[in-house]
Amino acid sequence: MDNEVLLKIEGLRIEGRSGDEWSEIVKGVDLTLRKGEVLGLIGESGAGKSTVGLAAMGFARDGCRISGGTIEFDGIDLRVTPEATRRDLRGKRIAYVAQSAAASFNPAHKLIDQYCEAPVMHGVMPRDQAERDAIDLYRRMQLPDPEEIGFRYPHQVSGGQLQRAMTAMAMACRPDLIIFDEPTTALDVTTQIEVLAAIRDVVRQFDTAAIYITHDLAVVAQAADRIKVLLRGEEVETAETYKMLEAPKEDYTKSLWAVRSFTREEQPPGEGTPVVSVRNVTAAYGMVNVLEDVSFDIHAGRTVAVVGESGSGKSTTARVITGLLPPKSGEVLFDGEPLPPALKGRSREQLRQCQMIYQMADTALNPKLTLRQLIGRPAQMYLGLDGTALEDRVRELLDLIELDPAVYIDRLPGELSGGQKQRIGIARALAAEPKLIICDEVTSALDQIVQEGILKLLNKLQEDFGLAYMFITHDLATVRAIADEVVVMQQGRVIEKGTKSEMFAPPHEPYTDLLLSSVPEMDPDWLTCLLEKRAAAGG
Amino acid sequence: MILTRIAIGIGLLFIVSVVIFGATELLPGDLATQLLGQSATPETVAALREQLGLNDPAAMRYWNWLTGALSGDFGVSLANNRPISELISARLGNTLFLALYAAALAVPISLILGVLAALWRNTVFDRVANAGALSAISFPEFFVAYILILWLAQTGLFPSMVRINPTTTFVDRIYMSFLPALTLTLVVTAHMMRMTRAAIINLMASPYIEMARLKGMSPLRIVLRHALPNALAPIINVIALNLAYLITGVVVVEVVFVYPGLGQLMVDSVSNRDIAVVQAVALIFAAAYVALNLLADVLSTITNPRLMHRR
Repeated sequence: MDNEVLLKIEGLRIEGRSGDEWSEIVKGVDLTLRKGEVLGLIGESGAGKSTVGLAAMGFARDGCRISGGTIEFDGIDLRVTPEATRRDLRGKRIAYVAQSAAASFNPAHKLIDQYCEAPVMHGVMPRDQAERDAIDLYRRMQLPDPEEIGFRYPHQVSGGQLQRAMTAMAMACRPDLIIFDEPTTALDVTTQIEVLAAIRDVVRQFDTAAIYITHDLAVVAQAADRIKVLLRGEEVETAETYKMLEAPKEDYTKSLWAVRSFTREEQPPGEGTPVVSVRNVTAAYGMVNVLEDVSFDIHAGRTVAVVGESGSGKSTTARVITGLLPPKSGEVLFDGEPLPPALKGRSREQLRQCQMIYQMADTALNPKLTLRQLIGRPAQMYLGLDGTALEDRVRELLDLIELDPAVYIDRLPGELSGGQKQRIGIARALAAEPKLIICDEVTSALDQIVQEGILKLLNKLQEDFGLAYMFITHDLATVRAIADEVVVMQQGRVIEKGTKSEMFAPPHEPYTDLLLSSVPEMDPDWLTCLLEKRAAAGG
Repeated sequence: MILTRIAIGIGLLFIVSVVIFGATELLPGDLATQLLGQSATPETVAALREQLGLNDPAAMRYWNWLTGALSGDFGVSLANNRPISELISARLGNTLFLALYAAALAVPISLILGVLAALWRNTVFDRVANAGALSAISFPEFFVAYILILWLAQTGLFPSMVRINPTTTFVDRIYMSFLPALTLTLVVTAHMMRMTRAAIINLMASPYIEMARLKGMSPLRIVLRHALPNALAPIINVIALNLAYLITGVVVVEVVFVYPGLGQLMVDSVSNRDIAVVQAVALIFAAAYVALNLLADVLSTITNPRLMHRR
């Protein structure tokens, strides 16, 4: 490996503004990157990973400012050099791959126009050459139909393909350094592997240095030479990937490793009348069937995890159960009684029995209501509580979700952290005293440590109240932690169902196998081995 | 989809025509009495009512009026017996001329100011442009008009009265209509400029703008190429709304500058109880509103690739 230092950051301090006050969010981070080296930057959200990554481009988001330290890229101090120089470096010698390619591609322009922008504007190559180059890189990134895909608009291309197109775009000027900011976090496990492999290959082919930012250790282990762990804007430790995985030194790093330790004892299959029984449901949006003959039961006190990639019909099943989407055929039984297919036909009592918790707690809570109102409303509406009875109930619910009522009852959702907001979502569902709670990807927007807290809370509530959970997720680690039974869905069909222990032990349906084998493991060679295995099986 | 929009527009116009007809029916006073003056005998009034067709049932008169209007024949003016279409056509031309003139000034000015204000937001330029545009919109039109007359007409630079007729040359028209056009420009610029600025700034926080910045693009290019195309829909709608205003809302300005446009005709006809003309003008105004909003819808669709190119 070339030992020449490409990027040297020393004592980096970055401040963020909240209201009129500046507070430090990065507190003196050092970072050295040699040419062609890949550094993994990991930590929870709020650890300052992205902020450090952007600072490596001499960039601070609006409301942030670089307040101390030096950032030296190839001998140029990015803090003191004029903006014009920085602008010339960005896109040309340092490129950026954002977390959500779907949001980071401009919806108004074709992919190839956006690809060509940097090389043409930076004067690296003329437009026609850039176009040929784009097609070549699309091919290397294993995008389908590389000749044509560039001439589509971002909304016409899937998320995983966009993420690869964005990596290709970052490569356009053959930069010396690419910042990957959570490039696979928003993707399904099976897509994540493809993108990860493509990124790794192309970075190696062009000997590009990279900073790979993620909160998923197993992912970064596949790509990085070295790993740096950040916590609240400070470095915890840095080590070679192998050493870091074998023997993490600091307690915090160890806790990151141990985070998936929570596992709930699998309950024996439920007996008697199930709380919810989905029977031969077929449902459609317009003419297209999105669910075909879906059947499964959920018993009281049990958790059924519904897993599959996005588009497999998990959330649609939830919409059928809640009555938001009346099925074309088939029915949903609740406690053995058929539920009216449409929401309008259901009684308030039937509605009360089945509550939902959503993925994005941010958008699922009305930002203008206090927690008292948010949690109180279902209790008032379904159970007719008011006055002190209502007040007591809200306080009791806040206690249940482990938030101190005295502190939180009059707060607005905007004043809470992501995990706390999700707890409010849980309390709101609980307020109706339901028998079934549908949890739609409730932990996927959260950090692992926070996820663990939420899962433990859900588990405790289930034990206390005998709730039935339908747990929609694409994260198999969550399934392992909380499920009793598992339903695997693909393209609107149930392809396998059974108890958790059956599901995680072979033999599987081929698709279940693909899902299971795609979950990254804490082994730096995992991806390489997996790809070899798959290539061998395929060829 | 565009066809349904057009169908909705036509349906809307139909409803509007009913409302216009109904509303003028409700106006107090009787045209025949008005025309004949105080000394009219009941017999002559009755005879005139008969002649004007005022005794027919409302539905029938509405039907006659509507079918006539559709073929471009609005009937004759009740006040002076001239065909309304003739009366209107010259006036409509003048009004459209003034509206286009004002739009040709206002749209580029407000777009450029809006883009610059977004580019240099929170700078002195931004504040001055905002404050200026807001002051212009806050003053009543006639006040702006008289201020302009005081500054620009009293000094002899531009005429304060617009005496144009069909033989006036184009250059003279431009020159003579400058003050009313400028007044209208000042009135509508603020709205369009602030919407342009707000729509662009609203997008400046989006991830694809950050991406463009991280690709090393210049601020001007980011605003023009990355933000503006995505901000077009709200901007187009505000422009359409203001263009419609330029056609229909210019009454005060026309009166101040004695500009022979539709607005003046409308005001005169209302005071003459010339209901047939009022109806015709109101229908034209409504058609202008509907057509411009339709155009805005179509343009917003065309400029949005997500609507133009399906998956």
